[in-house]
Amino acid sequence: MMALMPGMLAWGLVAGVAMVKGGLGVGLSLAMSFLVYSAGAQLGAIALMADGAPFWIIMLATLCVNLRFVIFSAGLRPYMMPLPRSTRWLLGYLTADLSYVVFMQRYGGELEPKPEQLRYLSGLCAANWIGWQSATVVGVLFADSFPTEWGLSYAGVLALLGLCCTLMRDWQSGLSAAVAFVVTILARGLPLRLNIVVAIAAAVISGMLADRAGELHKPARARGVP
Amino acid sequence: MTSPWYVLLVTLGLTAVSVVNRSFFFLFEREVPMPDALKRGLRHAPLAALVAVIAPDIALTHGHFVFNPRDPRLYSALAAATYALWRRGILGTIVVGMLVFWGLRFGLGFQ
Repeated sequence: MMALMPGMLAWGLVAGVAMVKGGLGVGLSLAMSFLVYSAGAQLGAIALMADGAPFWIIMLATLCVNLRFVIFSAGLRPYMMPLPRSTRWLLGYLTADLSYVVFMQRYGGELEPKPEQLRYLSGLCAANWIGWQSATVVGVLFADSFPTEWGLSYAGVLALLGLCCTLMRDWQSGLSAAVAFVVTILARGLPLRLNIVVAIAAAVISGMLADRAGELHKPARARGVP
Repeated sequence: MTSPWYVLLVTLGLTAVSVVNRSFFFLFEREVPMPDALKRGLRHAPLAALVAVIAPDIALTHGHFVFNPRDPRLYSALAAATYALWRRGILGTIVVGMLVFWGLRFGLGFQ
């Protein structure tokens, strides 16, 4: 966890600066950081709001951006189910990328629920929350001392770009990302920022087609054909 | 600039999205099976959405495509993506991208 801290702190700082530079003001930036607690959703929503996107497009796009958490939640279910519902929701809400990854590195194979697992996860979540929020608060409070020409809101875009690259694991996901990029730009004239919806749909479909093509080219044995 | 109430509404909406996304499979006691097609689709949706959100910030100027070989954002994004694919660290990605951005903007006068 400690090895991953510097990157997270830098990202939190950038998110704080980007929110203020995006025109949110100190109060709303802090409210957004403390309530939403998700860099991808926050930075994405700022870009979309600046673009004049309607409410439902912002919700849909951030829902998709954060779909990885839905997959994480499936992985966490065996550990979480012994807890009462409200605690489960709270701990789930507080489990961001780093806490999930570090937790799974340690307990990924141990499906039998034990109290120590949840203590470990709570500790990770606390460290993640404190580190992230302090970095964001510093970013928010000092954002105005940086001149606009420095283009620090662009650092928020770069952080999201870095996240994109960590999600690109094979040629299929690379192709899907390229389709998303090109379609977003080509369909820019659509009203209501529908270009984002069209681009996500096109990228998901081409990614799934590419997956199928990749499967067909694998040797029969790897596909489970006897 | 958008009204503060709208930003607040978006913030509350995003909070709900965070809670539902992160707890989805243990929101309720009942086990929800994940259909295979959904699982395969989910693999690509997050990356697609992220790319769609940042693409205008990298390649468009006020919502329009303007070909400008002296745009520092393009080179900065290329350098940052190259670093990120090679090393996978967010901190390094931001540093490399911003150094290229500043070098071109303040060193060579790119706009």
